[in-house]
Amino acid sequence: MSDSVTVVTGSRKGIGRFLAEHALAAGGIVVGCSRDESDLRHDHYEHCRVDISDESAVIQFFSNVRKKHGRVDHLINCAGVASMNHSLLTPGKSFRAIYETNVFGTFYCSREAAKLMQKRHYGRIVNFSTVAVPLKLDGEAAYVSSKAAVVALTEVMARELAPFGITVNALGPTPIDTDLIRGVPKDRIDTLVGRQAIPRLGTFDDVANVIDFFLSCDSGFITGQTAYLGGV
Amino acid sequence: MSSKEQVVQSILEVAREMNESLARRIEIERGEDAPLFGKEGVLDSLGLVSFIVAVEQTLDESLGVTVMLADVRAVSQRASPFRTVGALADYVVAQMTGQHE
Repeated sequence: MSDSVTVVTGSRKGIGRFLAEHALAAGGIVVGCSRDESDLRHDHYEHCRVDISDESAVIQFFSNVRKKHGRVDHLINCAGVASMNHSLLTPGKSFRAIYETNVFGTFYCSREAAKLMQKRHYGRIVNFSTVAVPLKLDGEAAYVSSKAAVVALTEVMARELAPFGITVNALGPTPIDTDLIRGVPKDRIDTLVGRQAIPRLGTFDDVANVIDFFLSCDSGFITGQTAYLGGV
Repeated sequence: MSSKEQVVQSILEVAREMNESLARRIEIERGEDAPLFGKEGVLDSLGLVSFIVAVEQTLDESLGVTVMLADVRAVSQRASPFRTVGALADYVVAQMTGQHE
């Protein structure tokens, strides 16, 4: 990993921040992005303010990465938004906003990263889904369906990018103690966790373990897979 | 604003580089008429993807122009903007001037 370039979206906080620091500890260069500034300081870390739902901004972001580093080895599509609402009470505007970040943003970043990866015939893309997809969690129709779309995108892009030496996989975490679930009532989290084979909240280390596996040079034969944590 | 001639030269530069790894080479001596994709073209769909990405990056590097050369007609035999070097150059210029819908 020492000379690798890893792009982490949503790296300002939560899982993205943890994974950016995890990649830095492994010795590579990390380029993070989020809508706001980051306070992460490291000689091998650079941060860009990018709204990944803005196609032009994403194109410019990866153009800058190419000019500065000439390559991207890994893309970790962490940036995401969640919303709890019954489908009958969800405005179209909210539904669209969730898709614009979770689906369109993941697509834009994957497309632009893959353009850089294909030149070197090597790349690893990891997307984020959620256990709420196989658990068909009610009350989050927009979020869950957007993350189901991420799984489908992962599976199709895995096939399209395989000839270029690029793998595309996804991780479906259980609830983890981050901002994303802070607004969710405790009884709902307990119910969700209770449906797992291993009924506990996930940890950042649980996530990093799977990410390391997907990013490994030895995982070139692993693509189009979604790994759910917790035994779902 | 970059002229069409500059765009054509950038595309031919990419074709020249790509010819080194192609079994059947792009006929760059035909200039704008050189077929790329389709009936007479030498690029298959994967080759076209690599070619278009290389053109995007070359335009960005040599002319400082950021264009997104994605098009739903990409693999259409008749309407593809990637049929020839000239058609691609016209498409690029249209993108640069915001004429493309």
